[in-house]
Amino acid sequence: MHSRHLLTAGACALLMSGLASQAKAEDLTLCWASWDPANALVELSKDFEAQSGHNMSFEFVPWPNFADRMLNELNSGGKLCDLMIGDSQWIGGSAENGHYVKLNDFFDAEGIKMDDFIDATVTGYSEWPKNSPNYWALPAFGDVVGWTYRKDWFERPELRAEFKEKYGRDLGVPETFAELKDIAEFFQEREIDGKTVYGASIYTERGSEGITMGAMDVLYSFGFLYENPDQPYDMEGFVNSEGAVAGLEYYKELYDCCTPPGSSNGYMSEGIDAFKSGQVALQMNFAFTWPGFESDANVGHGKTGYFVNPKGPNGDQFAQLGGQGISVVSYSDKKDAALEYIKWFAQPEVQAKWWEMGGFSCLKAVTLSPEFPESQPYAQTFLDSMAVVKDFWAEPSYATLLQDTQRRFHDYVVAGNGTAQEALDGLVRDWTETFEDDGKL
Amino acid sequence: MTDETTVRDSATARAPHARGFRGLSDRMVGWTFIAPSIILLLAINIFPLIWTIRLSLTNYRANRTAAEVKSVGLRNYERILTDPDIWNAMQATAHFVFWTLFLQVLIGFTLAYLINKKFRGNDLWTTIIVLPMMLSPAVVGNFWTFLYQPQIGLFNYFVGFLTGADPSSFSMIGDTALAPWAIVIVDTWMWTPFVMLICLAGLRSIPESIYEAAECDRASKWRQFWTITIPMALPFLMLAVLFRGIENFKMFDLVVQLTGGGPGSITELTSINLKREAFEKWRTGYASAYAVILFVTVFGLASIYVKALNKVKER
Repeated sequence: MHSRHLLTAGACALLMSGLASQAKAEDLTLCWASWDPANALVELSKDFEAQSGHNMSFEFVPWPNFADRMLNELNSGGKLCDLMIGDSQWIGGSAENGHYVKLNDFFDAEGIKMDDFIDATVTGYSEWPKNSPNYWALPAFGDVVGWTYRKDWFERPELRAEFKEKYGRDLGVPETFAELKDIAEFFQEREIDGKTVYGASIYTERGSEGITMGAMDVLYSFGFLYENPDQPYDMEGFVNSEGAVAGLEYYKELYDCCTPPGSSNGYMSEGIDAFKSGQVALQMNFAFTWPGFESDANVGHGKTGYFVNPKGPNGDQFAQLGGQGISVVSYSDKKDAALEYIKWFAQPEVQAKWWEMGGFSCLKAVTLSPEFPESQPYAQTFLDSMAVVKDFWAEPSYATLLQDTQRRFHDYVVAGNGTAQEALDGLVRDWTETFEDDGKL
Repeated sequence: MTDETTVRDSATARAPHARGFRGLSDRMVGWTFIAPSIILLLAINIFPLIWTIRLSLTNYRANRTAAEVKSVGLRNYERILTDPDIWNAMQATAHFVFWTLFLQVLIGFTLAYLINKKFRGNDLWTTIIVLPMMLSPAVVGNFWTFLYQPQIGLFNYFVGFLTGADPSSFSMIGDTALAPWAIVIVDTWMWTPFVMLICLAGLRSIPESIYEAAECDRASKWRQFWTITIPMALPFLMLAVLFRGIENFKMFDLVVQLTGGGPGSITELTSINLKREAFEKWRTGYASAYAVILFVTVFGLASIYVKALNKVKER
């Protein structure tokens, strides 16, 4: 009897200690950019803390310094971040340099299927090499460059009449880039409610990735390709094709004709400011900015409309992918707890709440639900945009490739040096040199 | 008796330490004192320099620590010296350094000359003038981007008021012709007070008796200025030029905040260009060669300049 009590007590103690070790609270740090969705994630993660017993800390860095700061952290093998919501272009370097934990086995063990996520986000945020079933991240935040417009201005009868008389068609959402430019020209330096307004806010930022994201958003639909589809890294005639040159010329024309004065170095936040302050009729920006417009006193409550990137001259329609996947940093000492977070985050009910809070979920169960298109005024535009995305190089040398693009595009579009053909020919030379250095050419 | 015993005891107690130091030669004691400084200097200055030179001869990339590091000889140096973009950055830097030095010396010396005269509110004006150099370059860069804003910027309004031009018709930091001058104006605004302070120290070091002697010789104010003030303040002026020259050759924060090196690459100074190569493109070997070239340039020019400065002092 006594020994049976002892055995029972021992078993209980063992069980308790097992449970205790299983429920050992960890302090997890999640690293991401400092922006509105990050604040939403802090709120969302409180549910994880309550369920798991782990404590979540967050390290958010403003976008212009995000890549610098976080890539330094990864390259130095730092242990600051257990979880990283890194930019889509980092995936190649982070996979090849061993910064991220490969998640295939974990996904298999936990029943997380990549087929459950929007295809473009899996390719863009998770896979390396691209189009291979090697996963380094879970799609966390879907994003894409799209357009917002002042719906209330577009609905004004006097403006509609004037536009129809001048262009022979109704003032509405542009189907093509040519139509978009007409609209931007129409609004440029127009007096509306006693204030001078301008055509469009587009990306022109020089320092990080701004002008590349903006120009590429246009170039894709004009026929730009990163490489020969049949021969990787063969760029001559694809990067600098006739269509690509026309696309870059278009972007410069749009910058010259239709942007507000002083728009030589603007990216996401400058675009938000220009649109919210009622300075521009059209605005190019990532979808993450859209929830902020809906609640804004000046442009919210039905005054803002959203549309997918228009078509190019040949009817092609593509858009620049943004967004990020969430990865476990291989240098972390708390990988198990970090994986727990990813498991929790992948749940459909968590993803549904993520979308409600302003996070752009990539889970098909959320985005393909019948209620989704009506759930927000921009929901359908987001879905349509995500269906036509393309992304910049995600090679380990992406930063070099990006900086060369920034310089070539800014030199031509903003500084007005040389021609579009020279800029793209120069880009082919720069990229070729980088791939030669990498031993890929 | 008791006092003598105490003194003797305490001397005996100190003896081991005294013997310890006494055992060392003066030379050794000297080395003992300066050794920490030398070790620190070697660790944080000389070793990184040697390491940089070593890296400059390789294809090393700090973001690919697992990749094989190959020696490339002088290829990095050759690529840098034949790269037109690097020469454009050098040109932008030369423009920036020359004009900032010229304007800062001109305005700084003029201000120092005026402040040196006794007048009411002298101290107040000195304090107001030196305020800009007490601000952080990041803050200065940030608020000047607002001042240069074509639609709301005070600078544009001021120019428009003086010239009658439409304030929103020009963009100081968005126009390739104006942007190089935009950064010169801001740096001059910020650092002229520094040059003024050094010049003021020079002017105040000139003995009054020399001017009194010149007065006795009926030398005009103009002649006194050229034959007494300028020659005696010249070493101070040259020192100010040296400090500002080295600083502006390395200029980074202010310009990054103002223009980010744009539009295009028109204000991309060598330090910004170097940072992009090293920490954005991660071409560590290449960037190390670039840093060595810049170091040799600054060190060489500064050495020549210091020799000239010493000659002026000897005169």
